[in-house]
Amino acid sequence: MTITLHVNGKPHVLDIDPQMPLLWALRDHVGLTGTKYGCGQALCGACVVHLDGEAVRSCVTPVRRADGRAVTTIEGLSPDGSHPLQKAWVELAVPQCGFCQAGQIMTAAALLAKNPSPSDEDIDTSLAGNLCRCGTYLRIRTAVKQAAAAGGKEK
Amino acid sequence: MSRPPIRLLRRSFIAGLGGALTGLALGSFARAAPTLPSPVDPAAKAAAAADGAGLRPNLFVHVTPSGAVQIVCARSEMGQGVRSSLPVLIADELGADMGRVEVVQAPGDAAYGDQNTDGSHSVRGFYDALRKLGACARMMLIAAAARQWRVAPATCVAHDHAVHHEASGRSLGFGELAIAAAKLPVPKNILLRPKAELLHVGKELPLLDGPAMVDGSAIYGADVLIPGMRTAVIARPPVVGGRATAHDPIKALAVPGVRAVVPLPAPTPPFAFQPLGGIAVVADDTWSALRGRAQLEIIWAPGDNGEYDSEDYRKTLLAAVGLPGVVVREVGDVTAGLAGAARQVEAVYHVPHLAHATMEPPAAVARFDGQTCEVWATTQNPQASRKSVAKALGLDEENVTVHVTLLGGGFGRKSKPDYVVEAALLARATGAPVRVQWTREDDIQHDYYHTVSTQRLVAGLDAQGKVVAWEHRTAFPPIGSTFSDTGLSAPGELQQGVLDVPLAIPNVRAENCEARAHARIGWLRSVANIYHAFAVQSFIAEIAAARGTDPRDTLLEIVGPPRIVTLQELGVESLPNYDQSLDEHPIDTARHRRVIERVTELADWDNRQKNGRALGLAVHRSFLTYVAVVVSVVHGPDGKIRVDEVWSCLDAGTLVNRERVVSQFEGAVIFALSHALYGEITMQQGATVQSNFRDFRLMRLPEAPRKIHVEIVADDGPPCGVGEPGVPPVAPALANAIFALTGQRVRDLPIARTLKV
Ligand code: FES
Ligand code: FES
Repeated sequence: MTITLHVNGKPHVLDIDPQMPLLWALRDHVGLTGTKYGCGQALCGACVVHLDGEAVRSCVTPVRRADGRAVTTIEGLSPDGSHPLQKAWVELAVPQCGFCQAGQIMTAAALLAKNPSPSDEDIDTSLAGNLCRCGTYLRIRTAVKQAAAAGGKEK
Repeated sequence: MSRPPIRLLRRSFIAGLGGALTGLALGSFARAAPTLPSPVDPAAKAAAAADGAGLRPNLFVHVTPSGAVQIVCARSEMGQGVRSSLPVLIADELGADMGRVEVVQAPGDAAYGDQNTDGSHSVRGFYDALRKLGACARMMLIAAAARQWRVAPATCVAHDHAVHHEASGRSLGFGELAIAAAKLPVPKNILLRPKAELLHVGKELPLLDGPAMVDGSAIYGADVLIPGMRTAVIARPPVVGGRATAHDPIKALAVPGVRAVVPLPAPTPPFAFQPLGGIAVVADDTWSALRGRAQLEIIWAPGDNGEYDSEDYRKTLLAAVGLPGVVVREVGDVTAGLAGAARQVEAVYHVPHLAHATMEPPAAVARFDGQTCEVWATTQNPQASRKSVAKALGLDEENVTVHVTLLGGGFGRKSKPDYVVEAALLARATGAPVRVQWTREDDIQHDYYHTVSTQRLVAGLDAQGKVVAWEHRTAFPPIGSTFSDTGLSAPGELQQGVLDVPLAIPNVRAENCEARAHARIGWLRSVANIYHAFAVQSFIAEIAAARGTDPRDTLLEIVGPPRIVTLQELGVESLPNYDQSLDEHPIDTARHRRVIERVTELADWDNRQKNGRALGLAVHRSFLTYVAVVVSVVHGPDGKIRVDEVWSCLDAGTLVNRERVVSQFEGAVIFALSHALYGEITMQQGATVQSNFRDFRLMRLPEAPRKIHVEIVADDGPPCGVGEPGVPPVAPALANAIFALTGQRVRDLPIARTLKV
């Protein structure tokens, strides 16, 4: 079946199984590997992307659900890594192995889009589904707040 | 189907260096003590000089005529920040401008010295060796400038990417000197800079791979894309040592995109680095492979471990520590000491199997052309990968190239190259490049597990409450069981919290009780220190409770006065001491005491009951580093116990990258809390019960402490380990805090077995 994905602003016409999780369509067929596989069961958040601006776990999202819709991956969050979250992440040296961080940032980006100045509790609730085995949680909390403050100033 | 273009590790692998390697006689792979890179490599130097490519005095440094400096990182990056740390040692010695330094990841090759990134070795094992590599290049650049200026080299200095003759105010950039320097002899006597001249070492350094990690361009094992590459997933025997006795591939082959179903050979014990065998499904993409695997029909024979039940095995271990074992440490007369004691304190501790659960499951890509094999892998151990692939394919090691990607976590799992061999076997079987992708279920169910352990501790107290005798029995299937048929531990594991614990107690005996493995046992971040520190540091707090004394004072009393603890005092003949000499790295109780005193001061120990909190304390030396931790717990609104705040105070000697040291210790707190609170792998009929993060629970953001304070106690002694030593004291500090809060003593991990957490 033909599926059209608008990924980071570019159309991709794919002839693939409509049941294929969006994750594998992005990684294996679109060639964007910034979105990670961590569990395949909606348990870790490594695969979070935006579907029409909403954070979704691409590992349990059949690609058919994304047909004709706008998908944003970590590669498309900003043209040059300059999203306030990306900047805060680098400034605070949040990543350790880095593997979970695309999912963390995409989840946080969806939060900030809705709630530009989240409380600690808002951050904890939004990111509760994103595991970090390296244990960077406290820096993630700080970085989201720093990005929120920076985002506020930019407006 | 669209295929992305080939894209290989752009940042990490720079063409050109590989050329310098061809033709070198390569030493054989040695696992044990770290071998050090030679600061001088004549073959590489000659090659570089001949082609005018600039100065390449050894395999690690390349100064190009344009002034770019390439520095090789030969150890694997898995979150510990090694790529942001080791190259800095070389660059700082050289006097390079960090902005012009490019880090190149080395392939697996014994010429780089030991590359197995484990044991918290990278800085402590290579500190001086790496500095010499940079110093050698600096001396040659200075010599080239001095010759041009007709001045004595001693009157010149190198800094800011240039050589300067201060007396005349002349300067030449590294790039301008590179070709001339390459023609000069390599100095034999390499002089290091005085430490004060190192501008970056020991400071907060930027995270080299940070930008790539936040924009999606960082390349991990599964991200390597090669034209024509297929993806494989493997149905492995549920029980280690089991095998497929029959399989029907028909339905799997009918799944669109599935190209082949390939049976893999079953391993023979000892399992070592062999793949587990099973049936592979090779397909055009991951989804097709997964769908194909779900359609496989396989009959498994469980093999020798099909009876293993981890709940039953607890009884086996308990029985083992009820009987004398092999005496591994002895001072005084424990039997008499206990017999004469006014009272005894006794406790038994149990720590279950754990899984590594690296955020990135194992993955590897291999390409085989009939003569040579090239692999890309998320591996801590590129040399073992190379050797294992060569052996599996019947090739000479020179015909196997192993590229190292970034690792999405390692923790010891990725020191074993079983999955790399799987990719190589499948590339040979199918004639196409193959990526092997482990699912999370594969990862949790087919790990090299952290062992399971039971320990029994008995202390004898005299009438005044002073501890006069200490007996420690430990039983656990050793890591050695993965490599040979043994149930007794090597000193490598016993030094981790049994042989090396300073005890100001006149009668001490430790015994290792035999325990047989029924799973693949591997090393997990901080290894045997996890369970030994848990038992010993919990037990000292139990003694405090029995006597009604302050746990901190009790700990200081048992650690004893500041001193260098000799082998004789320990009651052992030798101590591996993490591969380093006791002269350079003695067991120094002044350093134990300093971290205990500092951490309790920071946590306001004397007011430990304030605001409804309770504190627990533990100290442990591992990988030569001294760490004391205080954990604060509170009752949460939901009736659960909550970890509110943690202080971790460390003395790791000389540091390279202060910022990454802090981040390692922050991460270690979360890693250890996860295990202590929830971590448990159980097995029934030889198969792992847990399968994903649903049942192998890890700490999540809302459960994380409100604050983690990491404090570095300054010390300019030789560098010690960083990646692992933050882990061991956390679990006992937590158990001690929970005791202080609830009066309940947790001796069985995880805590979730007995309490609401
Ligand atoms: S991979 Fe999708 S939530 Fe884990
Ligand atoms: S940084 Fe390694 S899993 Fe989060």
